[in-house]
Amino acid sequence: MSDTPFPLDASDWSAIALTLKLAGLVTFLLLVIGTPIAWWLARTRSWWRRPIGAIVALPLVLPPTVLGFYLLLLMGPEGPLGVLTESLGIGLLAFTFPGLVIASLVYSAPFVIQPLQSAFESIGERPLDVAASLGASPFDRFVSVVLPMSRSGYVTATILGFAHTLGEFGVVLMIGGSIPGATRVLSVQIYDHVQAMDYASAHWLSAGLLVFSFVILFGLRLFGPSERRN
Amino acid sequence: MDPAIAVRFTRRYADFALDLDLTLPGRGVTALFGPSGSGKTTTLRVIAGLERAQHARIEVNGELWQDDASGTFIPVHQRRVGYVFQEASLFDHLDVAANLDYARRRANTDGAPGVQCDRLIELFGLGPLLVRKPASLSGGERQRVAIARAVLSHPRLLLFDEPLAALDHPRRGEILALLQVLHAELDVPSLYVSHSADEVARLADHLVLLDAGRVVASGRLHETLARIDLPGRFSGNASTVVDACITAIDDGDHLTTLAFPGGSLFVPRGSGAIGERVRCRIDARDVSITLSPPASSSILNSVRASIVGVADTDHPAQCLVRLDAGGSALLARITRRSWQQLGLHNGMPVWAQVKAIALLE
Repeated sequence: MSDTPFPLDASDWSAIALTLKLAGLVTFLLLVIGTPIAWWLARTRSWWRRPIGAIVALPLVLPPTVLGFYLLLLMGPEGPLGVLTESLGIGLLAFTFPGLVIASLVYSAPFVIQPLQSAFESIGERPLDVAASLGASPFDRFVSVVLPMSRSGYVTATILGFAHTLGEFGVVLMIGGSIPGATRVLSVQIYDHVQAMDYASAHWLSAGLLVFSFVILFGLRLFGPSERRN
Repeated sequence: MDPAIAVRFTRRYADFALDLDLTLPGRGVTALFGPSGSGKTTTLRVIAGLERAQHARIEVNGELWQDDASGTFIPVHQRRVGYVFQEASLFDHLDVAANLDYARRRANTDGAPGVQCDRLIELFGLGPLLVRKPASLSGGERQRVAIARAVLSHPRLLLFDEPLAALDHPRRGEILALLQVLHAELDVPSLYVSHSADEVARLADHLVLLDAGRVVASGRLHETLARIDLPGRFSGNASTVVDACITAIDDGDHLTTLAFPGGSLFVPRGSGAIGERVRCRIDARDVSITLSPPASSSILNSVRASIVGVADTDHPAQCLVRLDAGGSALLARITRRSWQQLGLHNGMPVWAQVKAIALLE
């Protein structure tokens, strides 16, 4: 291995595929789930927007291990989610790919919801009032006004959600362990390489991740929608 | 029942309450006029259904839009209101054609033909703008598109919230002229919020005066403007509107003769042609009273009138005299001293000298 210039083996490629699958799936699910949450946070005047907003933002500041620890308890045989999944015959989610997806949804939620929320907020009341007066129903208003006007928010949310899920480590380690093909994602693979003193492989993967992350963040600034607001 | 617009609601704020009960004509232009903070915009928003109020009942030409007593609330998008906001509110992500189309595709026409899109584009001069994005339009252009878009939604009621306030003077004149043509062609009742007396005098058929959340007066434009019992803030800038007809144009002196029931008036020649009906506005400060026909005065316009009333103004030195000139009301703001020295009294025949006339064409 060490004498080949390109040392990535099957387990590396499997980790890369798994990581892309996880990040893609989590980003997609977060855009779907996050849209109504962000819309509610942007529009409501309820007192509850404060605690809910704080909960959504929590993963920004919490050590991933803390998050992973509680998710592990939640999904474990004694946890409510674990009891539920066992009674449904799915079994326990900890150390499985679906478990990793759920954990990543929580972990990456603020990176998707917050850009969407600020995009929705920047639209303001006026375009919605106008659309309503022109005969657009609430759903019609969302599709014909809110979505196109929040395009840049969706681009940002997609990229940040994807990139952040790509790089998660602490939560994965707590909830997923390092099962090849199921939970061993890139960051864990890199960690394992370093543990095994295989710095060459670690380099390749790390540099790849670094370049990839740079390229999408740079692309966001280069080709992304301008920051012009109405 | 005659078609009419009935609006009643209460809206409480920390420091003031808006309490309205209005019955307005179901056609023509009704102006809501009053100082800022008097509740004009809120009234429009409540009528449109964009804002909730208490004890609201809103009926427009036989359609019940809202009745809090029975729990009726038709949402905004089903009320069919055309709302024109102060600053143009075009969708920035759509070009002009798509903005117009947005309204047209959602318009509920009930099979009625409504106004033709092509005609509106021509009238408002939107042809060259169709492919442009709102961001590249001037303020006046945007407002023209916004008005056309509101009309294309085939509204049962048009609401204008100071649509010209953000524009410069020449642009205002242009759009006012368009609105005059539009109202003449369109059989849709309009509520027009403004704090410009000139806009109101030009456009309105009916006038509602609002102050601090209450209706001070509501009635036909000409009569309401000529009232002398209004609070100081309205009588301070009192003026009346006279409908006249162009009967002669003197090319030598460049004067146009306007005939109205009270006599003839001369104004500098404008664009009007003989036979055209025009509306003119006469400020109470530009009207003075003499007892005999003024023989040696530079003021060209003097008409016979009789005094029908007098009231205080916002200044103790002056009073507001209501005159009747052949059925047309004029107001004269003169000093108390003149009133006494000339021995003026109700029913007295006098001459009204008019120094300036604004032709609202």
